[in-house]
Amino acid sequence: MQTILSWGALFVVGSVGTLVLGLLTKWVDRKVTARVQWRVGPPWYQPFADVLKLLGKETIVPEHAGPGFLVAPLAGFAATCLAATVIWVANVRPDLSFVGDVIVVIYLLAIPSLMIILGGSMSGNPHGAVGASREMKLLLAYELPFVFAVLAVILGATGERTLSLGAIARSPMRGSLATLACVVGFLISIFCIQAKLGLVPFDIAEAETEIMGGPFVEYSGAPLAMFYLTKAMLFATLPAFVVTVFWGGFGPGTGGWILGFLKYLVVVVAVVLMRNTNPRVRIDHALKFFWFGLTPAGVIAAALAMAGTP
Amino acid sequence: MGLRLWALKKSPWVYHVNVGACNNCDIEVVNCLTPAFDVERFGMVLVPTPRHADALLVTGFCSRQAKPRLQEIYRQTPKPCVVFCIGACACSMGIFADSYHAAGPVDSVIREVDPDAIIAYVPGCPPRPQAIIAGAVKALQSL
Repeated sequence: MQTILSWGALFVVGSVGTLVLGLLTKWVDRKVTARVQWRVGPPWYQPFADVLKLLGKETIVPEHAGPGFLVAPLAGFAATCLAATVIWVANVRPDLSFVGDVIVVIYLLAIPSLMIILGGSMSGNPHGAVGASREMKLLLAYELPFVFAVLAVILGATGERTLSLGAIARSPMRGSLATLACVVGFLISIFCIQAKLGLVPFDIAEAETEIMGGPFVEYSGAPLAMFYLTKAMLFATLPAFVVTVFWGGFGPGTGGWILGFLKYLVVVVAVVLMRNTNPRVRIDHALKFFWFGLTPAGVIAAALAMAGTP
Repeated sequence: MGLRLWALKKSPWVYHVNVGACNNCDIEVVNCLTPAFDVERFGMVLVPTPRHADALLVTGFCSRQAKPRLQEIYRQTPKPCVVFCIGACACSMGIFADSYHAAGPVDSVIREVDPDAIIAYVPGCPPRPQAIIAGAVKALQSL
């Protein structure tokens, strides 16, 4: 009973904290983008105002929308909250972290993409359908190298094998970019989170200029706000996951947390700069890049970890 | 001022509708997004679909072909929303006033759908980006 209650409290704190952090990260993204383009950019509360405004607007459900149209944003949001909680628990209380939570997080992080596919195909709009099909291809493309990159850390070049996120985060040698396998995995995962976040060069599914926002084309008001929040929370969760798995994690102690957030900011800014200096790639190019470029690199990283090369 | 109204004023997402403009007004609208004017300072971003929009930036005199489309786009926009008539043509049909192919002006076309629509006018041929930003500020203040 006590465990359930403490997990419940952790879930609420973790979700709200990630929500605030995600919206602030969204602002960092927009501000850095603006500075890259020699603009001033929006004030810090801009993402908060966006969400509040969307929650206050009319919600329109298209006539031809399917039954999953309104469920998809909520399910994606819930999965993101849960994934964020597991990741923060692994950093705050590594003893509460359970065996196999890496696998749980990888599955939970795939759900928002699946819900975008569901919402897009349920919207009854051809642009939504095209966006959903592109998102599906992209999901097939980036999941494999992402899993291989994480596998390189799980196999652990310099320690015993573990499937617990807490153990990975606290292992002195494993997740600190100390081994070649870890460095390769880190670089692969940066590309994968870029695609998971749907940012340029992998914003093929949304592609404002060709398919009008893709899966989100028919969403308005509160459901759109849920998708906005999901994207913002993923913007906090995915870099936090990468920092936790590949780069030593957050904490312990105040100094450790400050260092952790600095690492987090480095990952976020790297993602934002990549987004601002690249054009959108075509879906087949993205597929080739992930399957024939990054997947072999991931296999090599996992093999290096297996062989125990430092 | 309620939280909802504050959020609406701080984050107006705009959708650009061309109903028969000569492209000058469109260039000036896009000009507002450039580093020189940067309307993202006020939270304004160009969105790809009317479903996400809070403001419709309508340019052009509204031809007979465009009229049903404009009305459909207005119906698709979640309320509350503001309609901006950008340029002399959208405000008063300009030199197309007595043309056989004109169905405008924009405000009467919108009022056919919704008599209580909030409509702001930015005259000029084309209006300068400063004028468009001033019009947006006045429209937001009047909410």
